[in-house]
Amino acid sequence: MTSSLRRRAFPAFALLMLALPALPVPDFWITQSNYIGLYALVALGLVLLTGVAGLTSFGQAAFVGVGAYTAAFLATKVGVSPWLTIWIGLALAAAAALVLGAITLRMSGHYLPLATIAWGLALNYTMANMEWLGKYDGLLGIPTLKFFGIDLGSGRPLHVLIWAIALAAALAVTHLLDSRPGRAIRALKQGSTMAEAMGISAFRYKMLAFLIAALLAAVSGWLFAHFQRSVSPSPFGLNKGIEYLFMAVLGGIGNVWGAFLGSAAVRLVEDQLQVLLPQLIGTSGNFEVIVFGVVLVLVLKFAPDGLWTFVGRWAPAAPRARDWEGAPPLPARDKPVRGELLLEVDAVRKAFGGLVAVNDVSFSIRAGDIVGLIGPNGAGKSTTFNLITGVLALTGGAVRWRGQPVHGLPSRQIARRGVSRTFQHVKLVPDMTVLENVALGGYLRSRSGALRAMLRLDREEERQLFAEADRQLARIGMAQHGNELAGNLALGPQRLVEIARALATDPALLLLDEPAAGLRHKEKQALGDVLRQLKAEGLSILLVEHDMDFVMNLTDRIVVMEFGTKLLEGTPAEVQASPAVRAAYLGTEH
Amino acid sequence: MDLTIAGILALDGLTNGAIYALLALATVLVFAVTRVIFIPQGEFVAFGALTLALLQAGKVPGTVWFLLALTAAAAASDLWRGWRDRRGAARTALRMLRTAAYPVAVSALAIWAAPRGWPLLAQAALTLALVTPFGVLIYRLAYESLADASVLVLLIVSVGVHFALVGLGLFFFGAEGFRNPSFWEQRFSVGPLVISGQTLIIFAAALALIVMLWLFFEHTLHGKALRATAVNRLGARLMGISSTDAGRVSFTMAAFVGALSGLLIGPTTTVFYDSGFLIGLKGFVAAVFAGLASYPLALVGALGVGLLESFGSFWASAFKEVIVFGAILPVLLWRSLRDPHGEEH
Repeated sequence: MTSSLRRRAFPAFALLMLALPALPVPDFWITQSNYIGLYALVALGLVLLTGVAGLTSFGQAAFVGVGAYTAAFLATKVGVSPWLTIWIGLALAAAAALVLGAITLRMSGHYLPLATIAWGLALNYTMANMEWLGKYDGLLGIPTLKFFGIDLGSGRPLHVLIWAIALAAALAVTHLLDSRPGRAIRALKQGSTMAEAMGISAFRYKMLAFLIAALLAAVSGWLFAHFQRSVSPSPFGLNKGIEYLFMAVLGGIGNVWGAFLGSAAVRLVEDQLQVLLPQLIGTSGNFEVIVFGVVLVLVLKFAPDGLWTFVGRWAPAAPRARDWEGAPPLPARDKPVRGELLLEVDAVRKAFGGLVAVNDVSFSIRAGDIVGLIGPNGAGKSTTFNLITGVLALTGGAVRWRGQPVHGLPSRQIARRGVSRTFQHVKLVPDMTVLENVALGGYLRSRSGALRAMLRLDREEERQLFAEADRQLARIGMAQHGNELAGNLALGPQRLVEIARALATDPALLLLDEPAAGLRHKEKQALGDVLRQLKAEGLSILLVEHDMDFVMNLTDRIVVMEFGTKLLEGTPAEVQASPAVRAAYLGTEH
Repeated sequence: MDLTIAGILALDGLTNGAIYALLALATVLVFAVTRVIFIPQGEFVAFGALTLALLQAGKVPGTVWFLLALTAAAAASDLWRGWRDRRGAARTALRMLRTAAYPVAVSALAIWAAPRGWPLLAQAALTLALVTPFGVLIYRLAYESLADASVLVLLIVSVGVHFALVGLGLFFFGAEGFRNPSFWEQRFSVGPLVISGQTLIIFAAALALIVMLWLFFEHTLHGKALRATAVNRLGARLMGISSTDAGRVSFTMAAFVGALSGLLIGPTTTVFYDSGFLIGLKGFVAAVFAGLASYPLALVGALGVGLLESFGSFWASAFKEVIVFGAILPVLLWRSLRDPHGEEH
C-alpha cells in the first residue's frame, strides 16, 4: 500500500458519502449516516483543539445547542429564513467562544476545559428554564431546509448537504494544518515559549483553534435542528459534550479522519448498547455510559492514537513534493552595517525573591561580532539570556536593541526586531518534518491567515517558505533530512535544525543557548563548522556556552559571569590568561 | 428581603458552603499531589449518602457489590502484572491478598450487619469504611499507570471515570432517591433564626476535618511527604517518597472526605445515584477559585459558592445553577488577571 492510496482515498470516500442517498441503502442507515456526519463536524473541531493544539473543551455540545436553538427559535417564532439563521448562530457561538477564550486562554491549559464545563452546565440550565425556549420540552415544528425550491426533508436529500459540509470542513482543516497558521497551532502543544520566540502569538492561535471548534459545532447544531425538526435541552448537555470528546479520542485525536471514525464507532455502538445493556441488566437506564467511560480510559492507556492507528498505517503520509524550485525569496530585513551597535545590555538585574540571579550585568554586541557568554554552572548565563529574549521580566536595568529599549516587551516583539534564538533544551515539534519545523522560523516573514490557508490561496507563499527552509537546511548541511520527522533525529542534528529555524527568521542577531551541550565530539565539530561559516557570512552571534574549548576557538570576545555578576570581558586570549577566570572554574589554592 | 430572610439564606448558604469546602479541599489535595483534576469527586458523596440510606432500610447496600467488583478488577490487574513481570506465584498471591483483604472483610461485615439495624452512628461509620477504599481502587485502576501523562490526558481520564461511576452507580443503587434522617434532631433558636442540630454537626465536622488536614500536612511526616510530592514528584521520589503511595493516600483521603460529605448532606436533600456530580462541581468551582492550589482560598471560595447558591435560589430559583456555574467566569477572569503566566511545561 502506498501514498497513492491516500491520494485516492478522499475523493473515493467523498463520492461514496455524497452518492449514498441515491444507492439502495435502507433509510435506517441514511439516518445513522446523517448523525455520523453531524457528530463528525463537532469531533473535527475537537481534533483541532485537543489533538493538535493541546487544549480541550467539554462544552462543545453547548455550542451545538447555540446553533440549534438559534435556528429553531428564529425559524419557529420569528420566521427567519434558515439560510440567515446559520450566520446568526455562528455569530453567537463565536461571541461565546471569544469570551471564554479571552478569560481562560492566557492561563495554563486546564482552565479552558473547566470553564467549558461551567459554560455547558449554565447554558443547559438556561435552555431548560427559559419560557421562550420552551423549557424542558424545547421547540417543535422546525421547518425543513429548502434549497432553490428543493425540499431537503430530513432524510436522503439532507444527507447530501450534511456530508458536503462535513467533508468540506475536513478538507479545510486538513489544508489549515498544512499551512503557516496550521504550523503555528501545531507548535502550541510544546508550550508557548518556542512559538513566541518565533514571533507567534500563542494566545491568538489557541483562540483560533477554539473558535474554529466552536463554529464547527454551531454548524452541526444548525443542521441538527433542521434534521430533527425539534430541539430540547438534553442533546446539548454536559454529558453529550463529554461524548463528543470521547468520539474524537476513540477515533484518533491527532487525525482529521479520526473524528469521522470515532463518530461512526460511537453512533453505531451506542445504538446497539442502548438496546442490549438494559435487556442484559433487566432495568432501563443509560448503562452505555459505563462502557464509554471504561473504553475511554482504556483507549488513553493502551492506544492513545485511537482507532485511526489501525487504519492510518495502511496509508502513510506522502513526503512533501519539491514544488518550491524557483520560488521568489521571502522579504528580508535591511541588515545592520558592520560595527553598528546592536544589543546593549545595561546593568540588567534579576532577583527571584531574595536571590539575585543576575546582578547588574552590562555588555554590548556590535554587528559582525561573535560574543561568548561563559561561566560555571549557576553563574546566571541562561537567566541573562532569558532577560534579553523577553522570556523573563527584568528587575532592574535596561536592554536596548539598536538604540531602542526592548525590555518589558514579549518575546515575539523582540523576535520581530530581528533577534532569533535556539533553546538549551531543544524545542522542536517532534511530529512535524524537519522542513516544517524550519518553515516555522519564516512565520514573521509571511502573512497568510487561516481563511486563505483553508481555501488553499496560500500556496505561492508556502512555496516561498519551503524554499527558504530548504535553503537554510542546506546552509547547515542538512538538506537531505528535510522530510524526516524532527522527533526521529539525534540530539546533534536537532540542535542544527534549531539553528536553521532561527536562521529562517532572517535574524540580525542570533542567540545560541548552550548549543554544544550534550553533543558528542563529532557533532561538536560539525556545529563548530556551521558557526564558523555563519561568522564568515557576517552574522552576529551571542553564544552562551559551557564548553571552554568550543568558545575559545569561535569568539571575538568573551564575557565571563560568576555568581550572577560579570567577572571579566575580553578576548579569548585575555580570558584564558586571567587568574580570576581560572579560579572561578577550578577554585583557588589556599 | 428583610434581615430574617437574609439570615436564613446566609445560614443555609454557609451550611452547604461548608460541605462544598470539604469537597474543594479534596479536589485541591488530589490535584496538588497527582495533577489529576478529579471530576468524579462528587460521586463519593452520592455513594456515601445512598449507602447509609440503604443500611437504614436494613438492606445490603449496592456499595458492597460495587466495591467487590472493583476489588476483583484490581486483583486481576495484580495477577496480570505478576504474570507479565514473572514475579512468582507466592508474591503475586500475596499482592492480591493485600489488595483484596480489607475490601472483602469490610464487605463481609456490611453483609452481616445490614439486617441487624445498628444504631445510626455505627452505620455511618460502616458507610465511611465501605466508601473510603473506593479511592485507592479507582486510582489504581484508572490513573496509576498514567501517572506521568499530561494534565490534559488525566483530565480526560477523569471524565471517563465519571461516566463509568455514574453508570455503575445506577446499576448498583438503582434510580430511586433517598433522604437520610438527621444525626441530631435538636433545634436551637437564635433570635429569629432556627439552627438545626444537623447544621451544627455539618459545621463541626467540616471544621474538624480542616483542622485535621492542617495538622496532617504541617505536623506529620506522611503529610510532609505528600506536600513534597506535590511540589516536585521526581525530587520526592529521589528522597525515597513513593509517588505511587502518595497518589494512593491522596485518593483515599478524597474518598473519605467525599463519603463524609455524603453523610452530612444526606439529611438536607434527596440524593440520587447521579446527584454527586453537581455537588462535586460546586466544590470544584471553589477549588478553581483557589487556583487548584490554596487550601484557605478554597475554603473562602466554597462558602462564597454556598451563599451565592442560597441567595440565587431566593431571587431566581430556576436559575440558581446558572448563577453558580456562571460565576466561575468572573472568577477565572480574576485569576487570569492575577496570574497571567500560568504556563505549564
